[in-house]
This record gives sequence, structure tokens and C-alpha cells, in this order.
Amino acid sequence: MTVRQAHRTSLNLKNVAIFRGNRFVLDHLNLAAMEGDTVWIRGANGSGKSTLLRTIAGLLDIHSGTVDIIGTVALSDENLALEANLSLSKALQFWAFLDNATPQDTTLSMTAMDIMSLSNVPIRYLSTGQRKRAGLARVLASKASIWLLDEPYNGLDSASSASLDAAIIAHSNVGGITLLAAHQSPSINVSQSVVLDRQVHAA
Amino acid sequence: MKKFTELVVREIRLAWIGGGLWLPVVFYLAVATLFPFVTGPDKALLARTGGGILWIAALLSTLLPIERLILPDRQSGFLDQLNIRGWSDELIAIVKIVGQLVAFAIPLLLATIIASALIGLPESKLQTLLIGLAFALPALSGLAVTISALTAGLNGASALGGLLLVPLAIPILIFGAGTLSDDPGNAMQLLAATAVAMAALSPFAAGAALRAGRN
Repeated sequence: MTVRQAHRTSLNLKNVAIFRGNRFVLDHLNLAAMEGDTVWIRGANGSGKSTLLRTIAGLLDIHSGTVDIIGTVALSDENLALEANLSLSKALQFWAFLDNATPQDTTLSMTAMDIMSLSNVPIRYLSTGQRKRAGLARVLASKASIWLLDEPYNGLDSASSASLDAAIIAHSNVGGITLLAAHQSPSINVSQSVVLDRQVHAA
Repeated sequence: MKKFTELVVREIRLAWIGGGLWLPVVFYLAVATLFPFVTGPDKALLARTGGGILWIAALLSTLLPIERLILPDRQSGFLDQLNIRGWSDELIAIVKIVGQLVAFAIPLLLATIIASALIGLPESKLQTLLIGLAFALPALSGLAVTISALTAGLNGASALGGLLLVPLAIPILIFGAGTLSDDPGNAMQLLAATAVAMAALSPFAAGAALRAGRN
């Protein structure tokens, strides 16, 4: 986890507009995050929180504006991307291998999310909350410097929420950036919050 | 390269679990088994027409795995996660095509030996058939991945896939069946040229379809 301190991490969105399904989902959006920042992206359902995270992850094209990212990105959203028939530890190690992370990183992240006891259970048998934690463990193990977490607290019990808080604070302490998209206030101190309004701009 | 191999191994594993490995082979052998029942035990007729039937069977069996090639990976977020890690859509398409080559093309070539014995194809024809299929199968794998990417998430994807495959695969079928004539030389060259062009273009077509499907 010291590797990422070698180069600075930053995230800069200037005047970003995203046009999808015949309307501007996001418009005139500015966001600047520095090392160690935790950003709460808030807004009602359908206000474009997930769209924003997917755009920062590079999955969606922007209509106008600029997105500058220094660092590597990891995304946890409602799609788990873990193979249903593999055991939890094998499924996580698959991504760890693609991320140049060691099995040790996977073990640490599973311990952090308190799913170590499930390591031999196939993904398809996991409960909603356990699946969510597995997806978060994949982000933790990725060693990415920018975490994009879409509704990470959904489905988590209070103990797991506390584990996630601790993981985000630890990430922030080593210079990582975390973007939390959530409609409810997160229980940790955030360095800034970005409000997405639901105002729809006609094409 | 190691990561590429790991992803191809995953494709083969999924094909093994999902029945994608055996289904085309069983279908192919079923056609070879049923065909003599239709024509009757006329050895000369079987030897003359059997090769063509195996070409049609090979082409249609290409269609069998298309629903499980792209759609499950799109729905599970697997493709997104690869994109985030810097894997281009074209490279993902190549992974899928190579996976198809191993999990579909090689078993089909082995099944061809059994199928030609069932039909009673002469040995010289079997050799031509194997060479022709070896040229055609990379192109057919590329087509399967492209069509799978194009139709992922659409209603009636497999029916649409059939409609898309038939016109695209016609050149391969014509030249492929042509190689079974008494002088296979020219048809084999045309088959090879068509198949190489299709196989080379398919990662770009499939990549573009993957990108369009994401937005």
C-alpha cells in the first residue's frame, strides 16, 4: 500500500456534461479531489450518481468538458463481477491476479470486510450483504488509488458498515481518494460533498 | 500475456461448465448420425453429399453458444471491470475468440473424424474437410463472438443471431463445400482468403459492438 504514495493521486472534472437517452443526465459538473479526500456524491434516485461514477471509471463517453485522473481506479457497483461458481477466495484472487496484487492482498481485504470465514463458499450462495462485502473486498484488494463506491452501505449491517468506514479511513490515510455515491449521509467525515440535482436539461 | 492466458482459461472453464463445450459437438454428431437415415444406406450418395452436410452442421453449431458468450459477462459487470483495468474492447473480443477456438473449434475438428466415419466419407475427402474446417473455424469463432456482442441483451437474441450468421457465413459455406469437389485447389485458396479476412476483422467488429452495447 506504499506504492501509491510514489505518485500523486488526483481527480479533476471540469464542466462535464453527459448526454444519455436524449437528455443531459449531468451538466456543468465540476469536481476536484486531492490525495486523501473522501467525496460524498449525493442526490435523489435518478440524479446521475451511478452515471457519474461510471464516467469517472471511463465506461461512459462524456459529451463535453474534461476529466483528468491521476492514479488507478476501482469501481464497486451493483454488479459483482465475481464468477458465481467459484469460491469467494478464488473469485477474488482472479481479479487480484489481473490487478498485479498478491494473494496476501486478497486475504487482507477479506479480513477487513470480515468475510474470511466465507472464503470457501461459492459466490452464488452468498447473501445480499455478503455479496456487497465481496464486491468491496475486490476494490480493497485492487490497490487502486481512487475508489468509486456506488451505494456501498446498501445491504450492510452496522458491523459491516463500520468495517467499511475503517477501510475508507485507512485508504484516505495513505493518500487514496474515495468517491461515495449514496443518498443517505455516510457515517464518516467527508472532505466535500457534491450535490447532483434532479433538474433535467432539455436537449 | 499471463493475464491474457488466465482470461482464455476462464473462457474455457465457463464453456465447460455451461455446456458450451459439448453442446455443439453433440449437435454436430447428431446431424452426422441422422443424415444416413434420411438418405438411406447408399454409400456412393453419402460419400458425395456427406461432406456438405458436415459443413452445414459445423456452421449451425457455431450458433449454439452465442447466448452465453457475451451477455452473462455484461450483466455481471465483468466486462466493465476489464474495461476499467485498461483492457480494450478489441482485446476482450480476441480473448473471447481464442477461447472459442479452443473450446469449440478443436473439439469440432476431433468430432469431424468421428462424424466422417459415421457417414462413410472417403479418407481423401476427410483430409480436405479437416483442412477446410481448420481454415474456417477461426472465422466462424470470430463471427460467433461478433454476433453475440451485437445481440447481447436483445429480445430473441438467438433467433436474430441465426438471421445474422447465415448471410455472413455464406461465402465460407460456398468455398468450403467447393473444396469437396474433385479439384479442391482454387476453392481452398478462396476459402482461406475469406476466412483469414473474416477472422482478422472480427475482433474490430466485435469490439465496436461491445462498445456500442456499453453506452
